[in-house]
Amino acid sequence: MTTMTIAKAINEGLRATLTNDSRTLLMGEDIGPLGGVYRVTDGLIGEFGADRVVDTPLAESGIIGTAIGLALSGYRPVCEIQFDGFVFPGFNQITTQLAKMHSRSNGNLTVPVVIRIPYGGGIGSIEHHSESPEALFAHTAGLRIITPSNPHDAYWMIQQAVECLDPVIVFEPKRRYWLKGDVDTASPGASADPFKAHVLRAGTDATVVAYGPLVPVALAAAAAAAEDGHSIEVIDLRSISPIDFDTVTASVQKTGRLIVAHEAPTFGGIGGEIAARVSERAFHSLESPVIRVGGFHMPYPVAKVEEDYLPDIDRILEALERALAY
Amino acid sequence: MGATHLPATEFDGTGVDDQLEAQAEAVLGDPDVPMVQLLRPDGTLGTDPVFSAYAERLDAGKLRGFYADMAKIRRFDVEATALQRQGQLALWVPLTGQEAAQIGSGRASQPQDYIFPTYREHGVALTRDVDLAELLRQFRGVSNGGWNPKDTNFHLYTLVLAAQTPHAVGYAMGIQRDQKRAAADGTDAARKPKAAVMVYFGDGASSEGDVHESMVFASSFNAPVVFFCQNNHWAISVPTAVQTRIPLSNRAKGYGFPGIRVDGNDVIAVHAVTEWALERAREGKSPVLIEAFTYRVGAHTTADDPTKYRGSDEEAQWRAKDPLERLEKYLRAQGLADDAFFDQVKADGDDLAAYVRRTIHDLGSPDIRTAFANTYAEAHPLVAEELAWFEEYSAGFEPDAGQEAGAGQHETDGATRR
Repeated sequence: MTTMTIAKAINEGLRATLTNDSRTLLMGEDIGPLGGVYRVTDGLIGEFGADRVVDTPLAESGIIGTAIGLALSGYRPVCEIQFDGFVFPGFNQITTQLAKMHSRSNGNLTVPVVIRIPYGGGIGSIEHHSESPEALFAHTAGLRIITPSNPHDAYWMIQQAVECLDPVIVFEPKRRYWLKGDVDTASPGASADPFKAHVLRAGTDATVVAYGPLVPVALAAAAAAAEDGHSIEVIDLRSISPIDFDTVTASVQKTGRLIVAHEAPTFGGIGGEIAARVSERAFHSLESPVIRVGGFHMPYPVAKVEEDYLPDIDRILEALERALAY
Repeated sequence: MGATHLPATEFDGTGVDDQLEAQAEAVLGDPDVPMVQLLRPDGTLGTDPVFSAYAERLDAGKLRGFYADMAKIRRFDVEATALQRQGQLALWVPLTGQEAAQIGSGRASQPQDYIFPTYREHGVALTRDVDLAELLRQFRGVSNGGWNPKDTNFHLYTLVLAAQTPHAVGYAMGIQRDQKRAAADGTDAARKPKAAVMVYFGDGASSEGDVHESMVFASSFNAPVVFFCQNNHWAISVPTAVQTRIPLSNRAKGYGFPGIRVDGNDVIAVHAVTEWALERAREGKSPVLIEAFTYRVGAHTTADDPTKYRGSDEEAQWRAKDPLERLEKYLRAQGLADDAFFDQVKADGDDLAAYVRRTIHDLGSPDIRTAFANTYAEAHPLVAEELAWFEEYSAGFEPDAGQEAGAGQHETDGATRR
């Protein structure tokens, strides 16, 4: 076990994959000598050279598009998109090309491209630097989407994403980059399957599902609820596409109540998908409606008011109160 | 407050200095940039200081082959158009008029090269040995990509314009790394023939941002890629003048690699220029942009109506520059081909048409289960769940399913299942 931050864990995960698989290469803006704006690729260009840690021209469609070509020629490109809000120039390449190439080719071609996107708010930044666009990608068949909430998962998930034959988007919770935790670099342990949800805290009265940056918030809310005598189960979803509905359903069948929390706007979001599936799978177990806690239907607001926008412990507790009142 | 006013002449266009205008024109480049032409419309062969040497490599067999290819693909085009009119294809994208651009460039590629087409490159597909009946899968609605690119190094058609251009550059970056790795390892791979990538797009797609980004990447990384732009003068109904004010080949200058305009209806010149460009790319000297100046004689697709946006006089002008006629004139004048040859070519074309017509009915009807199977390369729980539901739902329509369930008509049973 080694203690490190999420940013360092991803750095070490990338180092491991670059070492283990000579076909892996990193691409992105400022990922070379600078080590990326969040320093996630710090030091890697020195170890692996500019052919494998590629500072690209400033063009997101070009980054994704050339990564597709590299994957078609047998490489395993890992693209860094600098910030969530800057992925959209590459949206066409991701949704019309990357996601569909395997299907279009009747399974003859694979495009194992990994796209790393720092996402989410809470860092007091300017426009386009705090968004959570995961639902836009989850709606596109052909993509897989995972998001770590702790350093151990971050270390293993980035490597598992590279190993996967399908395109994988790794949403990295940027405000948790400096969150420290133990990493077992020898074995993924319970994190062997990146598409499986984890029950982080067992409970009997209600379930809170969260992912990425809101996992620590959900855990804190559960701890606070425990002081009021409520036993709350917390699930770290880990994978947004596919979603591990078996784990979520089993939990709801036990607790009867479900809160889904994410930073992205609730309308058309992942929470709605989970609510719909759970109502189909566990209708008779539900003691209350599934309640979503998330962003409002507005562009991500300015930094001075983002605390009013972002789900926090109190917002989750308020949702729990409503659920428990049924 | 005293706002500063610049002289009005700076803005209203009057009194612009002639010298400045001349400078601007110099920057824009010659709008009538010379284009490489060897085989003239009258069937005589001209010379070019650089490319005649490439043309001299072509023996009579090669030249006859060019003609046979062009005639074959034109006959195929006629057949596919007819099949669309008969309801056998949902849509067809005709290439007539662009045979020289496609056969000349395709025949300049080597087996180890990798080709990214747009969706009109049936002639290039022919040169890469793609089964032309298979190529119709996409237009019959039985597949979104009818062949395995790994068999021919001819990628699938891409319908989102220019989206394939960065793929080509990325593939070329892969080749670049393969070569470096092989050299470092000292393996047999190092002795394999060097490869390049060629990517096709049109004058319309040249406006897409992906072309720009691709050229930036290609230039920055010196990727072994040839950009082959068929300027066929019309992006559906919009003329090239709306896409560019300068010859498209001039754009290469801005990216820092050679751009060259070639008579796209001259198969000899297209072949020469493309051979030169691919050799240059394979050797790692630089990317190249080729603008093949040609004309889409027919409609954009079988859903298009060119009479709404262009005159028949323009079409007639271009028919006079027909790529097949000029090569036929040359071959006959030089005594390189006789009536028997041209009769054989025609018979071969008819055979191909008959083969395509016969085979298209055997392309079969796809099963949606293949779409379930090919959405992801690895197992996916949602796909598995939806497929399981679909199987159960479908089973409800089996003739004996309703009786077993004790229900009445199976339509009713199926409708109430879910």
